[in-house]
Amino acid sequence: MKNKKILTGDSVFVFFMYLITVLVFIIIAYPLWFIIIASVSNSNLVNIGKVHFWPKDIRWYGYEQVFHDARIWKGYFNTILYVAAGTALNIAVTMPAAYALSQHEFKARNIVMFYFVFTMFFGGGLIPLYMTVNALHLINTKTILIIMVAVNTYNLIIARTFVENIPNELYESAVIDGCSHFRFFLQIVMPLSKAVVSVLILYYAVFHWNDFFNALIFNSDNKNDPLQIVLRRILILNEAFANGNGGVQGGYAQSSADQVKYAVMIISTVPILCFYPFIEVFRKGSHDRSHKRVKMVHSCGGSINRAAEGGYSQSKNVPYSVIIFCYERCFYGFQSDICA
Amino acid sequence: MLAPGIIYIFIFCYVPMYGIQLAFRDYSFSTGITGGKWAGLKYFKQYFDSPMFMTTLVNTFKIASLSIIIGFPAPIILAMVLNQIKNRYWKKIVQTTVYIPYFISVVVLVSMLNVLLANGSGVIGNFLKAVHLVPRNMNLLGDPKAFVPVYIWSGVWQSIGWNSIIYLAALSSVDLELYDAAKVDGANKFQTIIHIELPAILPTIMILFILSMGGILNVGFDKIYLMQNSLNRGVSQVISTYVYTVGIRSAQFSFGSAVGLFNTVVNFVFLIFTNRQAKKYSGCGLM
Repeated sequence: MKNKKILTGDSVFVFFMYLITVLVFIIIAYPLWFIIIASVSNSNLVNIGKVHFWPKDIRWYGYEQVFHDARIWKGYFNTILYVAAGTALNIAVTMPAAYALSQHEFKARNIVMFYFVFTMFFGGGLIPLYMTVNALHLINTKTILIIMVAVNTYNLIIARTFVENIPNELYESAVIDGCSHFRFFLQIVMPLSKAVVSVLILYYAVFHWNDFFNALIFNSDNKNDPLQIVLRRILILNEAFANGNGGVQGGYAQSSADQVKYAVMIISTVPILCFYPFIEVFRKGSHDRSHKRVKMVHSCGGSINRAAEGGYSQSKNVPYSVIIFCYERCFYGFQSDICA
Repeated sequence: MLAPGIIYIFIFCYVPMYGIQLAFRDYSFSTGITGGKWAGLKYFKQYFDSPMFMTTLVNTFKIASLSIIIGFPAPIILAMVLNQIKNRYWKKIVQTTVYIPYFISVVVLVSMLNVLLANGSGVIGNFLKAVHLVPRNMNLLGDPKAFVPVYIWSGVWQSIGWNSIIYLAALSSVDLELYDAAKVDGANKFQTIIHIELPAILPTIMILFILSMGGILNVGFDKIYLMQNSLNRGVSQVISTYVYTVGIRSAQFSFGSAVGLFNTVVNFVFLIFTNRQAKKYSGCGLM
């Protein structure tokens, strides 16, 4: 009898849990869905509150305008350049450093680690950073937007933790075969680190794509503007749209301008969502490689992906770096205060 | 192999640290960062004496502490709720959805707020007014009273899913035998959460908490800057936006550096303090 009572109490509890997830799902999903339907609906109907769950009076006007706007394409081009070149540079700087810091024979590694970690908690602030960049004559150049944040300390810690878990025997046998550190890194470590590299790519690329701060501070030249700055002009400062024939002077009503805005929001967000499956790649990679081949049970890849899956893991504890890592992504305002 | 990283950090983090002396000097274009006349604490005094000191400090603390009070527990609760969901498909759908907002840029997020909360035509704004969560005549985008709640809840909306990942990871590593033991002892689901799951993820919670306290004055510049308008400036001017406004926009480099340094030092002190307290009471800390 007693058992049965507990059971019913638990079912009510579980029912509430499901109810909460349904509510969370609606709260998160509805605004996203609304932007999508508003971008293809008649703006007048949207503005008087007639569009709720399904698009009404479908028209593609907003998208047509976006495709004809030179500023957006220019912004796209610049952003893609910054994402591609910036991310490549990030990996090229982060991975070798992570490898060097993971070598126990490297005596100064704790000192060097402190050298990096200290910058997480203390920095010169915005103005001295600006003055430094200015002294290097990098203001208003594309270069600064690529090399800013060449290495992020949190990502370095994650990469180091991962590389540290590559069994030392591999290196020892490679040395016997006459392999140098450099070659070992390129031919053994990098292929084995695909999982963590894809995580780094995911985060660095999302950072570069969404970076607004650095462009605002270090660039005032329109021809270097990344997409986010262009978006700000169109979406928040309400600048005239499309070759001067937009806005109030251009003659089309505010309502049409609104439809263009919805379209802009979607066009600018979809590409970065394409990186979403990287989580999946990373999940697979860490399973195949870490678990089967070298058994990197505590690699960060393994843990996050198990987390993402919500699956049950054999791993007993979450590496500290993973904690920092996820924390920093979302809470600390990564974009705003790299060294500030 | 380390050289590129070390050089980069040196130029973009340590050289600016050396440049902190700008806060103690009169900046002049001809002599650069280190050549100006020594001014002592003049610029700090100027900041402390200005009316903006209290405004920016209070605004920053208010936004930061409310972000922590509301934004910190939210993902923990979501993770615990998700952990109870046994239907794999539904769980996957919810997880996939709640991660999406994280990928949205600040600019797009703020413009979403601008359309969804707009007076009259904003769908979400109208809904909140209809269910009396918000007074009917409130302008959610301009009213100074609305700025902080809009900032914080939109932040929760954006990051709750992503932040919950780490707690889900910690929850998935709870020893399954503990659940069996609890069942044998007759614990119900709620008791299991309180007595088994919560203690299991406590170390994770503590470390994240210490770190968030260390960043207490680092409220996101981008979002506040983009949400600022002439109506809400009284409550939305925080230290970081103030540094940008006076330091870069009006080129008062020394004054801006002093304000920035003040911000850094307060953060540093908070980090050390919280870390010490956490170590004392829970035995886990950063350093």
